[in-house]
Amino acid sequence: MTAPLLKVDDLHITLEGDGASYNAVENVSFEIGRGDAFGLVGESGCGKSITALAVMGLLRRPLGIGKGRIVLDGEEIQNASAARLRELRGSKIGMIFQEPMTALNPLSPVGRQIAEMFVLHQSASWSEAMDRAEDALRQVRVPSPERRIRDFPHQLSGGMRQRVMIAIALACRPDLLIADEPTTALDVTVQAEIIDLMAELCAAKGTAILMISHDLGLVANMCRRVAVMYAGRIVESQGAEAIFATPRHPYTKGLVDSLPRLGERSKRGRQRLREISGVVPSIAAYPSGCRFNPRCPSVTDICRSAAPDVTALGDGLVRCHHHE
Amino acid sequence: MLLVLVRRLGNVIPTLLAVIALVFLLFSVLPGSFISGMNEDGRSVIDPAVMERMRKEMGLDDPLYERFAKYVGKLATGDLGTSFRTREPVTKLIAVRVWPSLKLVFAAMAFAILVGVTLGFLAALKPGSLIDTVSMVTAISGLSLSQFWFGLMLMYLFALTLNWLPSFGYGDGGLRNLILPAIALGVGPMALLARTTRAAVLDVLNADFVRTARSKGMSERLVVKWHVLRNALVLVVTIVGLQFGSLMGQAVVVEKLFAWPGVGSLMVDSVFQRDMPAVQGCILMIVLFFLLINTLVDLAYVVIDPRIRYG
Amino acid sequence: MKWGTSTWVGGSLVAIAIGVAVFAPWIALTDPVMDANLMNAELPPSWEFPFGTDAQGRDIYSRICYGARISLTVGVVSQICNSLIGVTLGLTAGFWGGWWDDVVSGLTNLMLAIPSLVFALAIMAILGPGLVSLVIALGLTSWSYSCRIARAQVLSLKSQGYVQAARILGYGDFRIMFTQVLPNILGPLIVIATLGMGGAILAEAALSFLGLGIRPPFPSWGSMLSEARDQIRAAPWLSVFPGLAIFFTVLGLNLLGDGLRDILDPQSQTRRA
Repeated sequence: MTAPLLKVDDLHITLEGDGASYNAVENVSFEIGRGDAFGLVGESGCGKSITALAVMGLLRRPLGIGKGRIVLDGEEIQNASAARLRELRGSKIGMIFQEPMTALNPLSPVGRQIAEMFVLHQSASWSEAMDRAEDALRQVRVPSPERRIRDFPHQLSGGMRQRVMIAIALACRPDLLIADEPTTALDVTVQAEIIDLMAELCAAKGTAILMISHDLGLVANMCRRVAVMYAGRIVESQGAEAIFATPRHPYTKGLVDSLPRLGERSKRGRQRLREISGVVPSIAAYPSGCRFNPRCPSVTDICRSAAPDVTALGDGLVRCHHHE
Repeated sequence: MLLVLVRRLGNVIPTLLAVIALVFLLFSVLPGSFISGMNEDGRSVIDPAVMERMRKEMGLDDPLYERFAKYVGKLATGDLGTSFRTREPVTKLIAVRVWPSLKLVFAAMAFAILVGVTLGFLAALKPGSLIDTVSMVTAISGLSLSQFWFGLMLMYLFALTLNWLPSFGYGDGGLRNLILPAIALGVGPMALLARTTRAAVLDVLNADFVRTARSKGMSERLVVKWHVLRNALVLVVTIVGLQFGSLMGQAVVVEKLFAWPGVGSLMVDSVFQRDMPAVQGCILMIVLFFLLINTLVDLAYVVIDPRIRYG
Repeated sequence: MKWGTSTWVGGSLVAIAIGVAVFAPWIALTDPVMDANLMNAELPPSWEFPFGTDAQGRDIYSRICYGARISLTVGVVSQICNSLIGVTLGLTAGFWGGWWDDVVSGLTNLMLAIPSLVFALAIMAILGPGLVSLVIALGLTSWSYSCRIARAQVLSLKSQGYVQAARILGYGDFRIMFTQVLPNILGPLIVIATLGMGGAILAEAALSFLGLGIRPPFPSWGSMLSEARDQIRAAPWLSVFPGLAIFFTVLGLNLLGDGLRDILDPQSQTRRA
């Protein structure tokens, strides 16, 4: 087996605040192979987005990498210089953000915002870069790109804007595309189109995907492997199909049970979708022991006192005292 | 562009009419206006018969609405009335004052923008740094200064003590005479611009699209140049437009201090000579100018911000 | 709630200014008006006269102490007028809406179109110089900020539960406005009033400087500067100290206003600016 494209090893992200320091993310490890698709799932606030920002080298005060390693294509980048990180961003890692409304500069034509990539990373002239921006728009199937490159973001629909974001992120054929909730802000009808487009383009260019979402269904559809995060830790990791069939962590089970499934209704009759009771604890108030214990249906004493270790199970891993 | 201009003028004209009505009412209805014939001690200084004749001459006994209609009619032809003092048309008195006033106000604003925006930018790019502290202390001090006192101090230091610049007057209208009054007048808006620019830039630096720009692998310098500047400018332009109002108010005092032959000092002199037509004319001139500036600011938006052109 | 440095520094400066005004008769060295002595005319600062003396030989320090009374009174009273007008118009306009709202918006726009110092000057021109005209002129001309803030706040509060509940309970409009709405928007209004007071003191100084405010021989900081101006070459201390008094008082109010804004109205860092 060749070395993975991205290896995140025992990553800790610290949050400085009010004189105290908290671990917003702890012991996070995963690997993504070349051209692979990996999903990171969890509720908002569980640390999945800042994990992505850490990989991008974009964590800003009061957040910072505490310890751990991030290895991209054989190069350790957690301590890389700002200049080196800038080179990597855009050329080796592209990123798509959640809000297509605000993620594009409202005062700059979209063509220019794509063209910047070629100017930055491939030393293209502006006129050459604009021609290539037009091609990039064509690739993400924006109709009449020759006109659209001069449009401003507010003249495009949400779906079109997200296509522009994809064009920007993939402009320099990065090895890795990080997609942070890329479709959450879009209409349901547009979501599937965007996901298909991303998958197709990445497959064509051999780009690996790190997909981040709260939507387990979406991630499992697109990714080969999935990790579930809860309160700053990865609680379970498995192949995408296995995670639906045999979820091992109670939190994952909760997530699976909260998904509507086609055909279920007729089988089981009218049944309510189950939800996970309670809310995600805030970073400053993580419970001791297993962090899921206040919400866990099968909690026991040990869950309250000791944090469970990672247990390797077949193809995946789980962090629970009572895994099945 | 044209549409914005038309729409904007649709706002300006009613406002201007309302201001005219307000000024007219103030000066026609309140006691002590026009010809009260009283001096400050309350003794009558004008012969009642003379007063009666003046009232007739000026049509002051006609009904209010008739006088207002006449007044607006005259304004429409550019006639601001006749000065009590010089017996010249007020329009002519003001006309020679407009250019010096414009020069002063624009020079002050140029100073304010140059210094204020620069300070605000530097402060925002390194929050918490020494330059940030210095900028913000400068800003809050500038906001707390009496502009005329600051002018007085500048005059003492640079004109009377160091003899670098003329202490007052218009001179030949050159830069040397302009510097001190412009700085004295500009220090207030400079301070406000420093604060707003800082806030605006910090705001923009936290925007999602700046994160996108960083994710593209852009250096911080390019992020600022390509994505932050223009967006912060939108906010700064608003403040510049609004600040012209208070600038023109303060100009009245600063012009008087530096014996600058502008509309403001004409207004103050006219107040003391109880030359009400001239006072009225000056107010209308100042308001008209302010409204025009704000129209220009709206047009500037259209140039800077594409969302306005289409939406 | 965190009381920042600017609240402390500003609050202290304001407290000193108020203290000086209140205790003027006790801390002043001489009577500010009567103790003229031509033997002591235009003396530079010394142990006997810490801030020097003016052309009539009066002690500048004592005149500044008494001047604080006038400057602060004008600042406070005219700002109270502005707040009352602004809050009443803003509250009712936001609460009732309709034609009244249009009228108030029109008035506010009108006020914003005339630079307030120019407007105040016009009123002074009509009313003549003096303390009362000064307060009227300054008290009527800068209420647009409080009005806008009050209106905007009412609009956002109107739909909220407790205001709706008060309606259902059959409270009258004014009762709702003043007992339910006003207490909830007091924070931003206090901030505006604090900053506005500084503005009023500066405006008073400007008008007095032009010779339209407090007439001599009574000392306000602005009128002292007005008298000092002609002697700037011979006796610069006449101008320096009253100007510093204005500066530190207004600085105190501005710092206090900034500090209070961070405490009382944390969302609006940029609203006023």
